[in-house]
Amino acid sequence: MITAIIIMALGAIVLGAALGYASIKFKVEGNPLVEKIEAILPQTQCGQCGFPGCKPYAEAIAEGEVDINLCPPGGAEGVQRLADLLGREAKPLNAEEKPKQVALINEETCIGCTLCIQACPVDAIIGAAKQMHTIVAPLCTGCELCIKPCPVECISMEPVAENLDNWKWKYPVIEIKRAA
Amino acid sequence: MNAIIQQLFKFKGGVKPQTNKTISAHEPIAQAPLPARLIVPLHQSIGGTPNPLVVAGDHVLKGQLIGGPDGWLSSAVHAPTSGTVLAVEDHISAHPSGLMTLSVIIQPDGRDEWLPRTPLNYRELAPERVREILRDAGVVGLGGAVFPSHAKLSASKTVPMEELVINGAECEPFITCDDLLMRERAEDVVRGVGIFRDLLAPKRVLIGIEDNKPEAVAAMQQAVKSLGEPFEVIAVPTRYPAGGAKQLIRVLTGKEVPAAKRSTELGVQCFNVATAYTAYRAIAHGEPVISRIVTLTGNVEHPCNWEVLIGTPLGEFIQLGQPKSDTNGYLMGGPMMGFEMPSLDAPLVKATNCIIAGSPTLFPPKAPEMPCIRCGACADACPHELQPFEMYWFARAKNFGKTQEYKIFDCIECGCCSFVCPSHIPLVQYFRFAKSEIWAREADKKASEAAKARFEFRNLRDEREKAEKAERLAKASAAKAAEKKAAAATAEASIEPATGSDGADTSGAIAAPVDADAAKKAAIAAAIERARVQRAAAEPKNTDGLTIAQRKEIAEIEARRAPLQEQTDPNAERAKPGTALKEVKG
Amino acid sequence: MTHYLFIIIGAVLVNNVVLVKILGLCPFMGVSKKLETAFGMGAATTFVLTVATGASYVIDHYLLVPFGLEYLRTLSFIVTIAAIVQLTEMVIQKTSPMLHQVLGIYLPLITTNCAVLGVPLLNISNKYNFIESLLFGAGSAVGFSLVLVLFAGIRERIEGADVPVYFKGTAIAMVTAGLMSLAFMGFSGLDKYQ
Repeated sequence: MITAIIIMALGAIVLGAALGYASIKFKVEGNPLVEKIEAILPQTQCGQCGFPGCKPYAEAIAEGEVDINLCPPGGAEGVQRLADLLGREAKPLNAEEKPKQVALINEETCIGCTLCIQACPVDAIIGAAKQMHTIVAPLCTGCELCIKPCPVECISMEPVAENLDNWKWKYPVIEIKRAA
Repeated sequence: MNAIIQQLFKFKGGVKPQTNKTISAHEPIAQAPLPARLIVPLHQSIGGTPNPLVVAGDHVLKGQLIGGPDGWLSSAVHAPTSGTVLAVEDHISAHPSGLMTLSVIIQPDGRDEWLPRTPLNYRELAPERVREILRDAGVVGLGGAVFPSHAKLSASKTVPMEELVINGAECEPFITCDDLLMRERAEDVVRGVGIFRDLLAPKRVLIGIEDNKPEAVAAMQQAVKSLGEPFEVIAVPTRYPAGGAKQLIRVLTGKEVPAAKRSTELGVQCFNVATAYTAYRAIAHGEPVISRIVTLTGNVEHPCNWEVLIGTPLGEFIQLGQPKSDTNGYLMGGPMMGFEMPSLDAPLVKATNCIIAGSPTLFPPKAPEMPCIRCGACADACPHELQPFEMYWFARAKNFGKTQEYKIFDCIECGCCSFVCPSHIPLVQYFRFAKSEIWAREADKKASEAAKARFEFRNLRDEREKAEKAERLAKASAAKAAEKKAAAATAEASIEPATGSDGADTSGAIAAPVDADAAKKAAIAAAIERARVQRAAAEPKNTDGLTIAQRKEIAEIEARRAPLQEQTDPNAERAKPGTALKEVKG
Repeated sequence: MTHYLFIIIGAVLVNNVVLVKILGLCPFMGVSKKLETAFGMGAATTFVLTVATGASYVIDHYLLVPFGLEYLRTLSFIVTIAAIVQLTEMVIQKTSPMLHQVLGIYLPLITTNCAVLGVPLLNISNKYNFIESLLFGAGSAVGFSLVLVLFAGIRERIEGADVPVYFKGTAIAMVTAGLMSLAFMGFSGLDKYQ
């Protein structure tokens, strides 16, 4: 009995010491997982997940602190890809999925307060104080962060219309014809 | 007659559909009458969208530039006839989606009055200038890909140009426009090839024509002989898709163009005969590309080839052939690779080589899609030696990564696989779907990377600005403190001149941070106050001359906002003192 | 020499850990959705399993048996395996970040792979010596990787198939695994030929 305890204790000490030494000796800074997660996130920096930007959310996911279904711009597909990467179960999105959209400033009502410029995370709004502002549509990520600060509510979200550049071939569907 | 001795090579795969070419090839090319309205889309070729150079109400002459090329890889667009610009607006396009594209709509005045044309002798011009002329004349690949030709006319700097391949194969069923062009205007085609030859300086020029067009072969040989050119006109075996650029290069030169390379890297370049013809017209006659030969065939009473102005609406064009009553749609291009025109309003464009009127008897409705039995017929037929059944499997499952592993982007969408499939699977549609999904995904990825970079830069800038502001404030308050100390020191100095400077230094170092803090706070408070005053002053400005309803609305909005603002304001301002200052500065 | 060959063939095909011994099913089902990950998992398991069989042989032979502590085998083996896996992960992460990217998240999973514990225990019940234990361990690991990769390949294809809704996912995977297991029964007797 005593021998057993001694031997097991000895084993535990040896292994523990080896692991402890290794954890100091082979310490690696940073988490490569964060980068991979961030590559999947849509980089809208919208904060709809509750984190200030995509990177903090990626870090939180990597730490295992939060669910992977908090990113509405990424959509169900983004959740699926995160699930594949992390080996977690894919969950339905915890918000409704919206089509891709861009912000549009109603130039009649804009008073040029610059509040939206400060809110925009990707510098997609140009304008100066007391001058009309406008959105650089190709750069807009559709994060909706500019809507709230606007004192005159002149910003609206417009879905991105289909054009010849973003048109996609459809999945071939066989029409089912009603038998006469 | 060296053409017959020429050794030919083979490409793998391919099919032999019924050619149906004779129905439209027995009549000469006819001149289409002026339509009532012309719709000229600005984006007709690969590359940048040309910029509109006219506005509604302008009077334009035939051949006048209406769309200027946007960058090097872009091609100009011209007015096909003289008339008045009715509008520059979005109009339905000759595209399978039927979406709108920016088009110039012209009402012809009937005079068909040319802009003064200047014939040029290209031999006297620098090659660079010739390419520019071709770009400004809107010369693009008329075989169907509409790639700007001038961009293909620079020889590779590292590989010597061996062969120039001229594509007159015209392998798609029904289409005869290149056939008729070669029969009737062979000399101009050969002269156009001469221009390309002089620009690229290849060792040999090979003109490949499928052997089901003996008249065209004879006419071209005759033209080559009479012009004394050393071109070889070669009849190639009729097998679809012999007219694919890579296939024709393979047949004529035995060279196989690898997936990731361009043919120029192997010393080969390929042009369509119609492109050569338009290039010659553009340079020797100063005529830009404003018309092209279009085959009108299929379920029509009068199948024929027409020389038709770019921008002619489909509806007016088909009347020339008198479609039969059971016509149920119009294909643009051939039956293998073409697509159904979305509307009769859609215009004919530079890429339109053929319009086929369809009927239930001509193109019976497709049999229902059955499961893949993995017979491998598609792999045998594929001219690019791909495995369509594997690509289909993964495209159907939307496993796009796997489709790329099976090289879906090497697929030329020739339709051979769909043609031979015993289960009637629309394989090409699956591949097109997969390709466009992959493209969309890549575009999204690029956009998100750009957004990330911008976001990070913005954060960086915020940090820097904050740091700079803090530094400036510290410096200002330090200076102020130093001033104060100096004043104190002089005061002290009058009492105790010996130790004054020493004491001032030490006390200054301690007092400065306190002063800096206070000064900063005061500055911020002042700035906030100023901003508030300014905002208050600015606010009523755009409320002048509003209707009562609008005023009411504003009042409501104000009321809604007031409590919110009270909640958020103090926090926001404490967190970001910089914002208030920025406003004032602006 | 043939004796060693038969041990390897027996471990890889005839007594395959997954399909015949029914060990290590959790990674077999869990990490077989994609071919690449199956390769990664196979490689990681092969390495750990080979090292673990060697280490357990040494522990059993020089520590447990001399002191008459055979009843502590399971416990001591688990602890050893866990430590080896942890150590391997840390070393790989430091020395070869590329390999760690590939094997990264599968390494910790191996700790809970019952095949890794089962093979050393089978070694002892088969009374293998050190060389035989190592060969048996390596053979089992190769057998595990083989069926994992095969299974992943099949599952990738099934993704695109018209599987009835109620059979989608794990259900059809189980059916597939059963069929593979039946197929592997065809190897029985291959290691008995003299």
